[in-house]
Amino acid sequence: MSASPIILYGRKVVGGCAQGEALVTQQTISGWGGVNPLTGAIIETRHELRGVSFKDRILVFPGAKGSSGWSVVFHTARLAGVAPRAMIFNEMTTKAALGAVVMRVPCVTAFDRDPLELIETGDWVRVDGDNGIVEIRPLNRRTPPCA
Amino acid sequence: MTLTGDEQAMLEGREGRARQKAMELLVRYAEALGAERFVDTTNVAGVPGSVTPFLQRYYRDRGASYETIFSLFDLDSDEVVEVPRMTTHACHLQGGVDPENWQTLGAKPEMLEAIRASERSAADRDIRILKTCTPYLAGNVPSRGEHCAWMESSAVVYCNSVLGARTNTEGRESTSAAMLTGKIPDWGLHRDENRLGSHRIEVEVDVQSVMDWGMLGYFVGEIVQERIPVLTGRLGRPDLVRYKHFGAAAASSGGVELYHLVGITPEAPTCEAAFGSTRPVETLKYGEAERRRTYDALNANGKDSHVDYVMLGCPHASLEQLREISAWLEGKRISAHCHLWVFTSRAVRARADQEGCTRIIRDAGGHLLTDTCSAIGQAIPPGTKVAALDSAKQVHYLPAMMGIEAWFGSTRECIDAALTGRWNGTPP
Repeated sequence: MSASPIILYGRKVVGGCAQGEALVTQQTISGWGGVNPLTGAIIETRHELRGVSFKDRILVFPGAKGSSGWSVVFHTARLAGVAPRAMIFNEMTTKAALGAVVMRVPCVTAFDRDPLELIETGDWVRVDGDNGIVEIRPLNRRTPPCA
Repeated sequence: MTLTGDEQAMLEGREGRARQKAMELLVRYAEALGAERFVDTTNVAGVPGSVTPFLQRYYRDRGASYETIFSLFDLDSDEVVEVPRMTTHACHLQGGVDPENWQTLGAKPEMLEAIRASERSAADRDIRILKTCTPYLAGNVPSRGEHCAWMESSAVVYCNSVLGARTNTEGRESTSAAMLTGKIPDWGLHRDENRLGSHRIEVEVDVQSVMDWGMLGYFVGEIVQERIPVLTGRLGRPDLVRYKHFGAAAASSGGVELYHLVGITPEAPTCEAAFGSTRPVETLKYGEAERRRTYDALNANGKDSHVDYVMLGCPHASLEQLREISAWLEGKRISAHCHLWVFTSRAVRARADQEGCTRIIRDAGGHLLTDTCSAIGQAIPPGTKVAALDSAKQVHYLPAMMGIEAWFGSTRECIDAALTGRWNGTPP
């Protein structure tokens, strides 16, 4: 099923453009000890995405938590070739900012509407980091999204 | 953002290529944060140029030297630059292996050599090799209001909350860049207005023991995530060890970088001072039900009562903790089916050596190790299936990272598990 795109406006964290399939979690992500940097899979025991990799996805999450090794894990994921294509998050922290910078993928935050409510896993998402614009094409949804 | 003259000079390369690359990274980082300026810092704690098996392999074609890793990884530069002496007081936190007990930790001789070489390169550049997650127990104790740039979430939360110094949770790349430039984004906890409380936690059960403080920290972190909790109620007066376990737990289940204990910590003489003009977004209670739920969550990965590994010293043990552990072990022998590893800093072990703790732990069949821990080093005794831990932080990470079961309890319960090979912990 295809529907009209939803546009979100936010602020650039890291520039560049990328598009891909969204991977959405409502839970914050721990980098060190929460992600396997060589596969991009979430490993945190009680995490809803446990076992799922963010490789080549558009990662949509509330924010970063946990160890200060966050940036090293995401930096290593870039070197290992398992980085997400882009990142979208709500809560700005030093961990998320530095991680996004060294991962060198487009990244946007501070949206006019909540991306966690509007994007579902499987949606096609285009991230324009330079202009802070995110375009969502809802795909494979059971119920049509409310824009 | 606004740059000062010296910042502009570094960015233009007038202070050398390494400082230029460092400023470029810091500007990218500051813009990502939305910071408008930098703040000067002379106290930086990180893991500059740390060598890992992955980085050694990845940069092998480019020599994998200290300068290669520092340039390409720490400074996220696309070219290798000459790395000069650091500008600020700089210290190296935990990592690598204990140079005296690397075989116990299962390290390969070539990795030990690489780590030693990296350490010499760091020391040559004026970096203090503290090799601990508790720099405040090894000679780096910031003063109130001091602007720092620290890594290590458990040290950051201690630095802000207990000492009243100021740091965000920095990462490896930002601290390495700050060591060269003496600059860090003026954002977050460097600014007065961002140090006020967000959540009020009413503690309705007695919080006294180290284990009590660990559980409370784990509960608080999960609730407030990255926000700033203000705690009131039936809190005993914490000592250094209790602060250490509380903060480490809150920075693991959540991302707590600063908390206030009303009437106890330096920026919270009163509840009004802790909140300032802000209003708590939420008021929560910590009672018996919350405490039990936290205990159960921390023990969610414990099934088999046969314990084959006990790990203590997360965050790295203080001398007082080592004296307590060795008092319980003196004249005893741990179970033949169980390993006991206790982690601390080199500075504290030097004292423990002199005071006899190291010998007592060894005579009982355990090991006192430095530099790392099981989670950081991903090192557990061969064949470990079930661990017993007295740290909420370690129990949060270790089972997930190493695929083992783990029990959480008091230090005494963990020592008993080491002596008997069985878990016999009880809920509070």
